[in-house]
Order: sequence, then structure tokens, then C-alpha cells
Amino acid sequence: MGLGLLASRALRSSRIIRNSTRTIVSTPELKNADAAAAAAAAADAPSDLPKRNPVGGARVHLPNPDDVIEVFVDGYPVKIPKGMTVLQACEIAGVDIPRFCYHSRLSIAGNCRMCLVEVEKSPKPVASCAMPALPGMKIKTDTPIAKKAREGVMEFLLMNHPLDCPICDQGGECDLQDQSMAFGSDRGRFTEMKRSVVDKNLGPLVKTVMTRCIQCTRCVRFASEVAGVEDLGMLGRGSGEEIGTYVEKLMTSELSGNVIDICPVGALTSKPFAFKARNWELKGTESIDVTDAVGSNIRIDSRGPEVMRVVPRLNEDINEEWISDKTRFFYDGLKRQRLNDPMIRGADGRFQAVSWRDALAIVAEVMHQIKPEEIVGVAGKLSDAESMMALKDLLNKMGSNNIFCEGNGMSPNADLRSGYIMNTSISGLEKADAFLLVGTQPRVEAAMVNARIRKTVKATNAKVGYVGPAADFNYDHEHLGTDPQTLVEIAKGSHPFSSALKNAKNPVIIVGAGVFDRDDKDAVFAAVDTIAKNNNVVRPDWNGLNVLLLNAAQAAALDLGLVPESDKCIESAKFVYLMGADDVNLDKLPDDAFVVYQGHHGDRGVYRANVILPASAFTEKEGIYENTEGCAQITMPAVPTVGDARDDWKIVRALSEVAGVALPYDSLGAIRSRIKTVAPNLLEVDERQPATFSTSLRPEVSQKVSATPFTPAVENFYMTDAITRASKIMAQCSALLKK
Amino acid sequence: MFGRLAAQRLNEIRTSIRRTTQASRSFSTALNYHIDTPDNKTDLPWEFNNANKEKVKEILSFYPSNYKQSAVIPLLDLAQQQNGGWLPVSAMNAVAKVVEVAPIRVYEVATFYTMFNRTKVGKYHLLVCGTTPCMIRGSRGIEEAILKHLGVKRNEVTKDGLFSVGEMECMGCCVNAPMMTVADYSNGSEGYAYNYYEDLTPKKAVEIVEAFRKGEKPPRGTQNPGRINCGPEGGNTTLLGEPKAPPCRDLDAAE
Repeated sequence: MGLGLLASRALRSSRIIRNSTRTIVSTPELKNADAAAAAAAAADAPSDLPKRNPVGGARVHLPNPDDVIEVFVDGYPVKIPKGMTVLQACEIAGVDIPRFCYHSRLSIAGNCRMCLVEVEKSPKPVASCAMPALPGMKIKTDTPIAKKAREGVMEFLLMNHPLDCPICDQGGECDLQDQSMAFGSDRGRFTEMKRSVVDKNLGPLVKTVMTRCIQCTRCVRFASEVAGVEDLGMLGRGSGEEIGTYVEKLMTSELSGNVIDICPVGALTSKPFAFKARNWELKGTESIDVTDAVGSNIRIDSRGPEVMRVVPRLNEDINEEWISDKTRFFYDGLKRQRLNDPMIRGADGRFQAVSWRDALAIVAEVMHQIKPEEIVGVAGKLSDAESMMALKDLLNKMGSNNIFCEGNGMSPNADLRSGYIMNTSISGLEKADAFLLVGTQPRVEAAMVNARIRKTVKATNAKVGYVGPAADFNYDHEHLGTDPQTLVEIAKGSHPFSSALKNAKNPVIIVGAGVFDRDDKDAVFAAVDTIAKNNNVVRPDWNGLNVLLLNAAQAAALDLGLVPESDKCIESAKFVYLMGADDVNLDKLPDDAFVVYQGHHGDRGVYRANVILPASAFTEKEGIYENTEGCAQITMPAVPTVGDARDDWKIVRALSEVAGVALPYDSLGAIRSRIKTVAPNLLEVDERQPATFSTSLRPEVSQKVSATPFTPAVENFYMTDAITRASKIMAQCSALLKK
Repeated sequence: MFGRLAAQRLNEIRTSIRRTTQASRSFSTALNYHIDTPDNKTDLPWEFNNANKEKVKEILSFYPSNYKQSAVIPLLDLAQQQNGGWLPVSAMNAVAKVVEVAPIRVYEVATFYTMFNRTKVGKYHLLVCGTTPCMIRGSRGIEEAILKHLGVKRNEVTKDGLFSVGEMECMGCCVNAPMMTVADYSNGSEGYAYNYYEDLTPKKAVEIVEAFRKGEKPPRGTQNPGRINCGPEGGNTTLLGEPKAPPCRDLDAAE
């Protein structure tokens, strides 16, 4: 004991001596400028420095060669555009600077001081995140001064931080933990009382342990800059400072879950995921979100057969690094209400589990007894392209062409691809300077698109005009009207907003997919086309005419030509094949119709079904989905399927064989070759395929717009499909957060 | 040698334990979050009275119209004077509406500055300076005397609602230490006064409190009859004549 103490004392004293020598040698060049400059020049000579790679693959875009400056990071010369900060220069030079408050997508706060570096000729270490890089600046990131500065900052940060990593959900993926290991001291000197802070109630999604907070203010900046809810703030001063809402208020943003990711410590963690798993036990599967038409890039973290959480993946073109709350927290719906056995409804109205063989035999038999034109197939909003292709081929082989995808309406127009995708592309919205939203509320229909629009509006003060029912926006907008008559006025140029569109350089019109269900949809689109023509919305260098889809399956369904022969097919149907379709209106279906429901959740479609064929959810299969901007992406299986369920396309393939009309493919590769003959763009994965022809080729319509107001396409943001409706978390959210 | 080391270590442990018993400090009269009480709720109506509405306009005119939020501190001050010395959450909301920002941005300011009281204070809010010069000259005794006289604790309001006592950091009056400030909210924002009482003794401090209780306005400034403002007791001992002109140049010639 005594010896150990002595040893530690000796170590400590030697450390102190080393520290003091460090400070003495800190700025000799100030005293002897010429010699130091000469020495520095010698050191900077393009010598045998190894080539370094930028941090995280950061790329520099040098638009104007006059605005390029050269700085030296640890002696390594790097060319950067003017206006970059020291921290960014270091990143390009391949040096990762520790940081807590700095976040590339938020404004600069400069209050954590972790990013201190030494800059030659500067008397003190500088906060690199807030310091603009100047020509010829000599930045040093691994000198004793920089190291000591970081160590000191880290000691202050840990002063009031509870060392409760063993019970903290952030443990293992905590910036503070990692950086204190890398840059901190091996012991603390703090012996006073640590402060404690009252936890805040931010709602059912974000759990707060405010004592762990290090006051980086990332969440405050995220809430006010990206999410657009000015609820969080920094209250108090000095050591009493805390993050809070002052008056108790839930965080009612559709992006609130992202504060969990940006919080560098365990102060804001996921409430549903609390104490469920450690991050190192999880298997990450890179996949795609299908709860809306944006196709946000996600990572599904699973442990064994269970999806534990969903986190975003970086994709600058689609979701940047955010995802909506629905995407992040719907996953518990995958564990509830699942269909795991083929079932047949008996004479008593109850379902009875049967074998696949029996179930398929019955379906095939019934299918053959019915006239081909009375067979109808409906693809659900979560269907992948492969299964839709298989179902269409099966129905066509049976002689029917009555197949459609829910959400596209009964008479969708699939002729012109530009007529149903987002032609501007999601990232292209940032170039826009005027928006006209027609019957769409992006905030609930596609939260990530809304975040882009908000970003644009904040950056360029773009004008937003909105036609539709009164809605909640998180940016300034002008409510122009509630019915399509307003569009006619704008098209004529008699509406005050038409001048805003006319003066805009890059105007954008976004039509909501809710319009597809209107009787006067052709007239509405004609009016929109007129507006586009009058205001130069579609040019060779700019296409601002967009449709914002609602569901993940919609775009691929239209690409594959899932268009029913008759818009009255449901009324005359005798056999309906629902492939995960729960939101299709079956009220007019004749009572004697035979309904097959193939899907993964016991949701609305099951109530009317005669036979249930259990399928796998998108987390359990590989499938191509096309998002609203026309970018095809692939989901990857993260967990095994439930019970006796099978992939959608395999069920359809098996049924075709039992029915005697075997489809000519029996692998994913083969079915994709079949897709290639119909819609080759679906195989260009992760690359947006723009539409070739513009909507100006649309035929003339004689239809007149009606005076019926637009209706909201999504009533409840948190519950839009079978999985989200089965989710307990989403139910809590709709109860607490829905306004 | 080991014995000496052990003793040293024991001493270290002792000091560390002694230190941890120190209570946490609080800088403000209230918590950094709001708890609904019958007289402090978000849904209580609150607005500037007619006279103050004019003042609000005047204050806003000092700032560019696109930086209205700059007026948040003077407006909070006005609201506090009107509301008898403290800011209920509804008053902060009213200010937020005037300067057109989200309420949280006003809460941030109000919680940062310790002179914005977010709990009730007395009509006369006594703030005793607790910084080093005053402390050396006996400010703790003065605070103790007042607290004992009024029978309250720090930041507590007397039963009759007349007085509350708080502590404040240096108010720049060290030459006349010890001192206290009396914020007089008894007559709204028109009769608002914020006066320093300096050169206090415990007895004198209690006398001043009693004078306020009677409705008098005791003369502000030094309470030492031998001193004028911050001059020394018994008249000047130095700088007796007219100050000499700077030696470097001839001021008359410069004119």
C-alpha cells in the first residue's frame, strides 16, 4: 500500500514537472521570431510526410481557385477554400479533432472548448471549431500545449458528470467516454460534491438524465434550427446551467428522436430502448425505411431474432443524417400482431391454422373457379418491387389485369414517370427559392422532405405557398386556399402568389399523392401543369414539378405498371388478392367475394380475409423499393422471419405453381431479370434515375376542377401502415404528441 | 518514513471529506424550471398596463425593428417593476409576444440574470452585498441582523409581504462597505426606486428596515453622518486644493 502510494506520488510529481516544462517551451518563437520562422520553414518543407486521408472521406470542393488558401496542419500543407474553420481544415488534413458542441449540420456554438488546438503565433490555444482558417496558418494538434488543453477541458467536463457509465445507455457509443479515454487524464482531482439536475419529461421517445448533460447545446440548436420547435433552451447560469423547457412541455416534433443521436453523452437517450441492450451486442444491418415514401437510409440493430432499434445512416441525397420519429421508433410493431401461420376462415367465422399446402390449394382452386375479369390484386403500401412483379405476372397469367397498389387511386396515370416522382430530387429542393405545395402536408407525409424544405426556407428565405386544409408547418408559409379553384386562379395569374412564382429563379411545385384519390385529379394536374408552364418551372436545367408520394411501394408499382383495367374493379370483384393491402377501401366489395390476405400483420385487411398467407416484413427480406424521387434502394434481412412466414414473392411463386400457371422464375436474381424487362431503372440501386419525358406530353383534359376542398392525406403521422398501427410506442405518440 | 506518508495521506483524506460537506450554492431566487402555483401559471392573463404600454413602445424604438429581441432585458425589467418585483411565467410570455420570439428565448434570459426574480419578493427587496470587501467589513452580520429582525430566511418573504432579503454580488460600492440595496416595488413601475444604503451597521440596517415599514423613505447613500458621499470621515485629508492642471500642456493656451 505504502509502496503503491509512493509510486503514484512519484508518477504524479514527474507528471507535474513535465507539465511545467511544457508551458515553458510553449511559445519560444515569440521571443526569437526569426530563428523560429526559419526552423518552421525547415520543418514545413514538403518532406517525406506520409500521405494522409481526410477524416471520414471528407471531400473538398474548390469552386473558385482565387478563394483557395493553404494552411499547415502539423506541418502537412493542405489547400482549403476560404471561410473554412480550423477544425474543418484539420479534418481535410486527416486529423480528427475531438469535439462535443461542434456539429457540421448545426450552427457553431464554441462552448465545449474540447477542440482546442495550438496555432503558431497565437498566445493561447484556439477553439478550432469557431476559428476561421487564415492563409498560412500553422495549426498544431499534437503538441504538448494542445494535449494539455484537452486534458484540462476534459477534467472540467468530467467535474460535474456522474461517472455512471455502467448504468448509462450511451455506454459504448458515448463521445465523452471515448474522448476521455483518448484525451483525458488518467485520474481526476475533483473531490467536491457533484451537482445534480432534475430530469425533464420530453415525451414518450426521449429519455432524459440531465445530470449527465455537459451543456454542449447541440439539442437546443437542433430543435430550433432543424426541427423548428423552439422549446428547448439553456436555463440558468454558471454551474447551475441546465438544458430544459422551463415550463413543462413535451417535444412535439416529428424529428425529436434525432436529439438522441446528436447528444454526445447519455443525457438524451431513447426511452423505448432504455436498458434493453448494449450497443456492442447488436448486429447492424444497413437497410431502408419503408414507413413513408422517402426511403430514409437506416441501420437496423438487432439482437438474435429481435429488432432492438433503428438508427439513421448518412445519405446526403435523401435523409442527410436524420430520420423521423416514425422511422426510428415503429420497430416494436414488428413484434406484435404478427401472422405466423397460414390460416383459413372456417364456417363459424374463426380462423384455423392450416399447412401451406392446404392454404395454397384452396386459393388456387377458388381462383380457377372465378372469371378472370373478376380477379383483383391489390399491392400494399409496404410491398417490394419483386413481389409486385410476381403478383402482376400471376394475375396476368390468370387472365386478369386488375391489379393496383393502394394509394395510387383507381385510375393511376403510369404513362409518364415524371408525372408521379419528385423530379427536383430531395437534395435538389435546396436550390429552390419558391415553393407551391398543392394538397400536401410534407410535415406528416414525408418528414425528411419537410426538413429539406425547412432548411431551404431558412437558408434562402424562400416563399412557401400552400393550398390545402389548414395545417401545421414549422416554417413561414402563406395559406393560399383550401380547394383547387385557387390553383386555377394562380394558373390565370390573378392570384397574388403567382407573382412570387413568376419572380422565382427556381420555383418548385409539390403535389401531394392524396390528389390521386380525387375525382378531378386530371383537372388538378392540368392546372398544375399550366402553372408550371406559365412560371417556367420546367426548363432544361431545372425541373421543379414534383409529386410527393405517400408510400414506399407507390413509385415502383407505377413503374411496373400496376394499373387496373377498370376503376370499378373492386365493385365487381369475386376474388381479391390483398398483398399487404390494409388501407384499400373494401366497403363496395360484394359480400360473396373471396379475399386472400397475404401479409405480416393482423391488421385491417385480415377482418375481411377468407385465407391468410403469412409473409415476412421488410426487416426480414431483401427487396427493392423506389422512393418518391425515383431512387431504387434495397432492404436487407436483419432478423429471421416469424413462424411459418415466407417472402412475398416466394408465396406468389408457390401459388402460381399450385394453380398450374408456374411463373418462370425461382430466385431473386431471376425475378430481377424479369423486372429489368419492365422497369430497368429499378435495378439501378442507390442511384436516382430521373424521368426522361416531361409531363408536357400529357394529353389535354376537358375535366373541370371541383370546389371540394383538399383533404389531409395522412390523418395521424405516427400510424400510417400495418406495422406502425401495431406499435405501442406509436400509439403512445399519437395519444400524447398529436395535436 | 511510511508513518509520515500515512499521516500525510490521512490528512489528505480528511480535507477531502471536509470539503464534500460544503452545500451546493444557488445563484438565483428560484429553480431553473417552472412549477405551476396558483399565482404563477402559464394560463394566467398578464399584460402591460396602459402607462407601461407607452414605455414598451419607447423601449422598442431604441432598437432596429428587425432586432426587436434586443429589447428583452429592458422589457423584462419593466414587467418586473409592474408586477411587484417578480416575473411570473405569464409575464415572460407577454414579453416574448412583444419581442416576437419563442417564450423559451425569454426564459433563457430571465433565468440567466439574477436580478430577475422568478419567485415572489417583498415590496421592499433588500439585497445585501456579500462580496469580499463588504464581507470583511461585516456584511454577514448585517444580513443576520436583518433576517433575525424580520424573522425570515434568505429569499423568503415576510408574512405581511413587505420585505424579502437576498444576497447580491459586488455592486461597486466597496469604498462605503458594507452596503445593501433596497429595491422599492411598493408603487409599481412609476414609483420604482433602487437605492444603495452604505456604511451600514447591524443597528442602522434594522433602523432603515423599520423606516420603510412606516412608509418613510430613508435618505440613501452613506449612513455615516461623518461622511459626505464617499469622502473620508471628518473631511478630506488630501486633495485639499483645486486640482492642478496636467503638467504636460498648457490648457489655457490650447483654448
